[in-house]
Amino acid sequence: MIVLAFRDVEIALGGRTVLEGVNLAIGQGEFIGLLGGNGAGKTTLLRAALGLIPPRRGAIEVLGKAASRGNPAIGYMPQSRAVPANLRLSGHDFVAGVVDGARWGLPLLGSEGRREVDRVLELVAASALAHRPLAELSGGERQRLLLAQVLVGSPKLLLLDEPLMSLDPSHQAGVVELVASLQRSLGLTVLFSAHELNPLLGVMNRVLFVGNRQAALGTVDEVITEPVLSRLYGTRIEVVRLGGRIFVMAGAQDMARDTHGCGDHGHAHGQEHSHEHSHGDHAADA
Amino acid sequence: MPTGKSTPTNTPMGTTPPMLDYGFMRNAFAAAAIVALVAGPVGYFLVLRGQTFAGHALAHIGFTGATGAFLIGISPLWGLLGMTVAGGVAIGLMGERLAQRDVAIGLVLALALGFGLLFLHFVTSYATQATALLFGNVLAVDQATVWSLLALGVVALAALGVIARPLLFASLQPELAEAKGVSLRLMAVLFLAIVAFATAEAAQIVGVLLVFTLMVGPAAASLRLTRRVGPGVLLAAAFALAEAWGGLALAYETNWPTSFWITALSGLVYGASLLPAVLLETASARPKAAP
Ligand SMILES: Nc1ncnc2c1ncn2[C@@H]1O[C@H](COP(=O)(O)OP(=O)(O)OP(=O)(O)O)[C@@H](O)[C@H]1O
Ligand SMILES: [Mg+2]
Repeated sequence: MIVLAFRDVEIALGGRTVLEGVNLAIGQGEFIGLLGGNGAGKTTLLRAALGLIPPRRGAIEVLGKAASRGNPAIGYMPQSRAVPANLRLSGHDFVAGVVDGARWGLPLLGSEGRREVDRVLELVAASALAHRPLAELSGGERQRLLLAQVLVGSPKLLLLDEPLMSLDPSHQAGVVELVASLQRSLGLTVLFSAHELNPLLGVMNRVLFVGNRQAALGTVDEVITEPVLSRLYGTRIEVVRLGGRIFVMAGAQDMARDTHGCGDHGHAHGQEHSHEHSHGDHAADA
Repeated sequence: MPTGKSTPTNTPMGTTPPMLDYGFMRNAFAAAAIVALVAGPVGYFLVLRGQTFAGHALAHIGFTGATGAFLIGISPLWGLLGMTVAGGVAIGLMGERLAQRDVAIGLVLALALGFGLLFLHFVTSYATQATALLFGNVLAVDQATVWSLLALGVVALAALGVIARPLLFASLQPELAEAKGVSLRLMAVLFLAIVAFATAEAAQIVGVLLVFTLMVGPAAASLRLTRRVGPGVLLAAAFALAEAWGGLALAYETNWPTSFWITALSGLVYGASLLPAVLLETASARPKAAP
């Protein structure tokens, strides 16, 4: 069964074509890693699937129906997750605010709503920290609450936009493992966007790589290859496999970098984020 | 105090405090209660959404409406309301993500105040009316105004009750709310229209310059002290009521302006709401300080 399908989709933002000729079909129960440099179009692709950005051409279907806003079958974690740093609201109420949130009226939860909040908090093992104010939670703990919000309403398809952002490697592994176990136990389909390939290697079924206005969907061995990535980055790419990890390099630059893998292959990376940015932008502009 | 104090309008009733023997004091307490019960809950969402500057700007824009109303000879309350609602809708339409929004609001607000000044220039009884507009004159509120305030307050609270759920969603997780079908722009416009009503109300008590004190002060204190939405909204209303009534009582006792006392109480409550965190911090810092 096809959960998400793009047919010859072209998307433009502010007059600029961000994606074109995108064809893909994602099946029930798949864990897809959505990769690509900064500005490659990962967020755009997810928002298009949510019906927030109408394609200029082609068709997008979610569970057999045209993508449209407010689809209860989709759970979404946006990339910008600006929880006000000093908000003293409890995690519980932060999650409860999402339950049936689009309905008019007072935000009072019935017994069903309260059960739903308890259920999703339990799924992400956040019941114990849900009474604490958001201001006192760590980034990783907040991440679990955001994941709980995604699970409200039992969606079938999860669109997660960079859940690993600003987490250290051990917390990254924790989030990946949590999402993977939810995916298995609840039979979910997951589209998980990330900048780094390696944290997802063990769990994803296929990879969807975007760049240069195009998208390539396939197994890691099919997509993470020099010809495919050279086309998507618009520049010559080298793929190096080392100790179970994969490094994608343009010249001496590591493109889809693994944080704790930085020093492993002898490059002094330092604050490498700026490099990654410029490369991603270059790839999208090319 | 105004001269009204020397002419009780009603026979004293043994159980009520003597200040309620005066008709103008009863009107003032009634008006303050209505306004506080609207400003507290509306303010809670205003602070939660980080839109206090927009609220502040609306009050100042209202000043122009009120002086314009003087000029054409209608009640300043309606002029104020008309301008704040128009301003609120305009700011809401600017959208959530416009980076320059605060600059735009600031410029519109300055422009509006300029026009307000121009209108005042043409109003003959300049000084008293301007002072009342800017700093409030709750003791001059008459019974008809109390009824107007009640009607406006009921409309504002009813509207807030209708949009509260999607508004909370859009405030906590705007992009997720958008994906789930909530129109962020509609929420922004409707909410700021409600804020406009609350602003026009609060300006009757504390004046356009001090609307912040009833709308933001109690709500900000409540948000610091509560972790749940429901209790937070109720506490904001309770703080606003206590500050407004406390200010009236203190003004009665001291003969100082009511608005002064309300701002003083509002500042005091907000200051006190910061105390638990400060105490906790110093308590946890102490063991580290002593090696
Ligand atoms: N509102 C907009 N108007 C015009 N262009 C836009 C708009 N939003 C995004 N873009 C452009 O679309 C392209 C894709 O952006 P998108 O946010 O989807 O990238 P991304 O892969 O999610 O990047 P990142 O990893 O930085 O989050 C970028 O080149 C960006 O500049
Ligand atoms: Mg993105």
